Amino acid sequence: MKLTLRVWRQKNAGAEGAMSTYEVDGIAKDMSFLEMLDTLNESLILSGEDPVAFDHDCREGICGACSLVINGEAHGPERTTTCQLHMRSFSDGDTIDIEPWRASAFPVVKDLVVDRSAFDRIIESGGYITAPTGSAPEAHATAVPKPAADFAFEHAECIGCGACVAACPNGSAMLFTSAKVNHLNVLPQGAPERGSRVLDMVGQMDSEGFGGCTLAGECATACPKGIPLFSITRMNREFVRAARKRG
Amino acid sequence: MAGAVLTVEPMAALDTRTDRRPSFVGLLWGSTVGKKTAMAVSGIVMLLYLVVHMLGNLKIFFGAADFDAYAAWLRTIGEPFLHHEWFLWIARVVLVAAVVTHAVAAFQLSRRDIAARPVKYAHKRRRASYATRTMRWGGVILGLFIVWHILDLTTLTVNPHAAAGHPYANVVATFSTWYGDVIYIAAMLALGLHIRHGFWSAAQTLGAGSAARDRVLRTTADALALLLTAGFVSVPVAVMTGLVS
Repeated sequence: MKLTLRVWRQKNAGAEGAMSTYEVDGIAKDMSFLEMLDTLNESLILSGEDPVAFDHDCREGICGACSLVINGEAHGPERTTTCQLHMRSFSDGDTIDIEPWRASAFPVVKDLVVDRSAFDRIIESGGYITAPTGSAPEAHATAVPKPAADFAFEHAECIGCGACVAACPNGSAMLFTSAKVNHLNVLPQGAPERGSRVLDMVGQMDSEGFGGCTLAGECATACPKGIPLFSITRMNREFVRAARKRG
Repeated sequence: MAGAVLTVEPMAALDTRTDRRPSFVGLLWGSTVGKKTAMAVSGIVMLLYLVVHMLGNLKIFFGAADFDAYAAWLRTIGEPFLHHEWFLWIARVVLVAAVVTHAVAAFQLSRRDIAARPVKYAHKRRRASYATRTMRWGGVILGLFIVWHILDLTTLTVNPHAAAGHPYANVVATFSTWYGDVIYIAAMLALGLHIRHGFWSAAQTLGAGSAARDRVLRTTADALALLLTAGFVSVPVAVMTGLVS
C-alpha cells in the first residue's frame, strides 16, 4: 500500500507545531499502525530527518501508552488501541491524519507525545485502598458478591490511555476518573475510602484543568476497553452521596 | 542518632486529615460534577413548571372566558392562607432562582470546557448529536426568549394589545404578528432540543441512569420534548389558522 500521512510535528512543548505531509510506500495490510510509523521513521532517519516521536510500549493493547488521534478518532477507526489497529483498516492511496491527544491538561511534549501525568496525580489522590502490608491475605477472607466483582472488573479494565479525554469535546477526564472510582468503590476492600476517594479524585481532576461532562458520549465510543458511559452516572451518584456525608 | 536528620517526603496519603471539607453546597458548587447536579435540579424544576404551563396554555382552546378565568384563578391559589397573588410570586422567585442557577453554572462550566480543549483537531469530524451540540446556544436563545416572553405577556410592555386582565386577547394579539409567531415557534423548537438532551443528561448527572433503564429514560426525554414543543406551538398555530381568535 502507498499512503499519504499528514502528521503533527512539534519540536518541543514550547514550539509552534504544524501538520507535515509524508509519503510511505510498501505498507503491508497485516502491519500494525505503529509498524507503519516505524517504517516512516526508518526512511526519515535514513534521509537524515528527525523521526516522528510517538508513545508506545507493550504493543499488545494492555499498557495504555499509545495515543494517536487518527483521522479525528482516538486510536483510529477500530475500537482498540493504536498498537492493535492494523493497516487492513485502510486502503491503498488513503490520506491519514495523525494528531496527538488534544487537551490543555495533556500538553504536547514532542510531535505526537503528550504528558499524561495528570492521570497519575488523579490516581495518587485516591486510587488506592488501605491494606495491611506483608504476606498476602487469604483470598476468601473478604467475600465479594459476584455482581460487585463483575462490576469492579469491568471498570478495572481501564488502561489509562486517555482516549476518553482526547475524544471528549470538553477535554474531560470523567470516564477515566469514574472507571477508577467505581472499580474500588464497589468492592469491600475499597469501602473505607469510599467517600473521600470520589471527592479527592474529582477534586484533583478539576484542578488539573480537565473540562466537565456534557454527556456527549464520545468518550465511551472511543474507549478501547469499553468502559460504559454509565460509569460516569455511577460516579455522579457516588459524588453526591459523599458530598452529603462530607467524605 | 544525634545530628542525623532523617528527611521524609511528606505523603498526602498518610497525612492526618485535619482540614474540614466545605459544606454540602460548597462541595457541590466547587466541583464540575456538583455544578452539573445544580444544573440538573434547576433544570428539572423548570421542566416541571413547563409541563404545568403548557397544560394551562391549552385552556385557550375552550374560549376567552375559560382562559381568562383560569388566569385569574392562578392569582387566588392558596387563599385564604396565602394572600392574593402570593403563590404566583413564590413560583416566580423559585423560577428565577432556577434560571439563574442553571445559567450561571452553564456559563462557568462552558468557559472551563472551552479552555480544556484549546487546540482543535485538524481532521474535522461531526461529534455528538444535534441536540447535544446545540445545548449552549439553545440555552442562550431560550434565555433571550424568556425575557421577551415576560415583556410580552406578563408585563405587557411590548404586547400589541396590552390589556391587563385579558390574557386571551393579549395572546391572540401577539400571535397575530408575524414576528411573534417566528420568535415563539423558533424558541419552542430550541426548547424541544434542549429538553431532549437535557432530561436524559439530568438523569445521568443525578445518578439515575443505567444500561437497563436507558431506553425508558431516552423515550421519556423524547416524549417530553415532543409533547411540550407540540403543546406550546399549537397555540400560535391555532391563532394563525383562525381556530383561536
